[in-house]
Amino acid sequence: MDNPFDLSSDIAWCPGCGNFAILKALKSTLSELNYEPHEVVLVSGIGQAAKIPHYLRVNVFNGLHGRSIPVAFAVKSANPRLVVIAESGDGCMYGEGGNHFVHAIRRNPDITVIVHNNQVYGLTKGQASPTSEEGFVSKVQTLGSLSAPFNPLSIAIAQDASFVARGFAGDIEKLKEILKQAITWPGFALVDVLQPCVTFNRVNTYTWYRERAYYLDVQYDPEDRVKAFEKSLEWGEKIPLGIFYRHRKPTYQEKFYALVSYPHLLYRERAVEEVLDRELQYFQ
Amino acid sequence: MAKVMGLTGKVMGLNGNAAVAYAMKQINPDVIAAYPITPQTDCVERFAEYVSEGLVNTQFVTVESEHSAMSACIGAAAAGGRVMTATAANGLALMWEMLYIASSMRLPIVMMVTNRALSGNINIHCDHSDTMGARDAGWIQLFSENAQEAYDNIIQAVKIAEDLEVRLPVMVTQDGFIISHAVEQVKVLDDDLVQEFVGAYKPAYPLLDVTHPVTYGPLDLFDYYFEHKRSQIEAIDNCFPVIRRVGEEFGKISGRKYDLLETYKLEDAEYVVVALGSTCGTAKEAVNLLREKGKKVGLLKIRCFRPFPKEEIIKALVPRRGVAVLDRSVSFGGFGGPVFTEIRSALCDAPARPFIIDFFYGLGGRDIYVEDIEKALLQIEDVVQKGQVDQYIGYLGLRE
Ligand SMILES: Cc1ncc(C[n+]2csc(CCOP(=O)(O)OP(=O)(O)O)c2C)c(N)n1
Ligand code: SF4
Ligand SMILES: [Mg+2]
Repeated sequence: MDNPFDLSSDIAWCPGCGNFAILKALKSTLSELNYEPHEVVLVSGIGQAAKIPHYLRVNVFNGLHGRSIPVAFAVKSANPRLVVIAESGDGCMYGEGGNHFVHAIRRNPDITVIVHNNQVYGLTKGQASPTSEEGFVSKVQTLGSLSAPFNPLSIAIAQDASFVARGFAGDIEKLKEILKQAITWPGFALVDVLQPCVTFNRVNTYTWYRERAYYLDVQYDPEDRVKAFEKSLEWGEKIPLGIFYRHRKPTYQEKFYALVSYPHLLYRERAVEEVLDRELQYFQ
Repeated sequence: MAKVMGLTGKVMGLNGNAAVAYAMKQINPDVIAAYPITPQTDCVERFAEYVSEGLVNTQFVTVESEHSAMSACIGAAAAGGRVMTATAANGLALMWEMLYIASSMRLPIVMMVTNRALSGNINIHCDHSDTMGARDAGWIQLFSENAQEAYDNIIQAVKIAEDLEVRLPVMVTQDGFIISHAVEQVKVLDDDLVQEFVGAYKPAYPLLDVTHPVTYGPLDLFDYYFEHKRSQIEAIDNCFPVIRRVGEEFGKISGRKYDLLETYKLEDAEYVVVALGSTCGTAKEAVNLLREKGKKVGLLKIRCFRPFPKEEIIKALVPRRGVAVLDRSVSFGGFGGPVFTEIRSALCDAPARPFIIDFFYGLGGRDIYVEDIEKALLQIEDVVQKGQVDQYIGYLGLRE
């Protein structure tokens, strides 16, 4: 069956890049959730991951490096009927945009944040990113990165984010399941996706992840925040995947007086003439 | 090792980024803090290699954004270090509030800007919107025509910035990709000569001098803020003699003398094109071709845009009949681009002024050709012959 989200365009990613799998998973997820392309907005920043909105049929807002989350938040506030996804790389979301990441969690807007975590700055050709392991060698960090890696899951759980998950680009089916739950979850949903960068990250390869990754099992209770935090610290010999934490709480849209009591931008009446004039000019 | 013009040094094949990285290596600053952004990344990566090879003693600080990069530079410079960095486009834009801190604290930081168009939409190629956006931030701005000039300017920038008459940060620009990624022959000086030229750094009021405690950046309201701005105005205006002196001294050790402006076939020129950066090379060719056809044309190249060398510009342009200014950035809603506005303002009081028109060109890396510049020169000739300007602002190389 044709996927309405398919778009034929030239894709500027390296062959074998984990981004292809994430793209595929996202397109199938959106289609299996029966969304129409016009209902979905993808907001991205700058980077390899941030190119993703150009490769599927959706509404696109491609802004600045690090700045996708505030835009996504505002899009959702203006038009709550849209499915709003902020999607970018680890550098974009956790480094330059780290501040937005932390504070968006506090507000709990009903958006999904998908991070292609390749533990490197891909687009600028291989420098250490916030999630690179200590000692990661690059052309800039020639003697290895001196900083401890940023742990997005621990931070999100510590901040009581509404939904926190980790997927792997090497497993499209499972990634789809996670994305489905994240996108339909009311509130801030983080999906950190382990994404091998075959060109610039020779440490965290497909094999490296495969040897370590395992899924949280059915006994695992994602409602238990302390357990979730404990799980989020697990990294190294074993790397858990799946839904770490889930906690339903009022979203920004549900809490904020103006958004509850007044009509959203979407519902405001527009003067009929104004709309007609605008539409008619295309036929002149 | 080849001798250059009777002086020591050698010729290397370097692109603009590599030339600047090489100069930085020879300068051997105490601290470099930077964040990667195309087309600057290559410069910083090359410098990082020098760090790892132990060829410099620099503390290389990696950060999570350009805002932090400039903040780190400011901290290190206030502590008393010789500090350098590099950026481009939105990286420079993100530094914006910190640029003002650096200049008002009179910290002699040297920064290379690889000129790239500001978003949006996203573009990685050259225009001057980044540097021009920062033109009011209190930094000295030196433009380079090619990799050689980028190399030479960076070395001079250190000496200019640190001069006690100056004590201001300096931005040295090179056109993104056009200069930064094109390999040219670059004459480099010997390491010791560069060291001798820049000299040992003597910080003026370092935070690390614990016997003389100082305060940077306290609250400064309507009582004294204005006076402090007045002193900053004076400081940057006083830089001209230092920039010239350093340019001359650099000429003595390298055979390449620098001034605030460069003139090309200007002495008897009636029609002049004014440009900055790599386009000056293209403009020289256009001037040559029109000269062959008997046209009296010339080029005025602005090397130092901040401070704006008003007197020299008046001297160079007043005797001309017509001036075509090339602007590689837009001041939206303004009367022409930043270069045009400044030049018209400078010439306002001259008893006999040339006609002056402006051309926007090269935004987002659009190529500029010799023919475009010939067109600009012929257009200003036309204006002069008609005796009136029908259109002040034109476009070169634009699809319309
Ligand atoms: C303000 C600003 N600084 C720097 C850059 C340059 N830049 C573009 S993408 C990027 C990092 C990309 O890394 P990441 O977000 O992890 O995405 P990836 O390419 O790895 O998918 C950087 C530093 C920029 N575009 N804007
Ligand atoms: S550089 Fe890395 S992240 Fe970018 S497309 Fe290539 S493999 Fe993917
Ligand atoms: Mg990345």
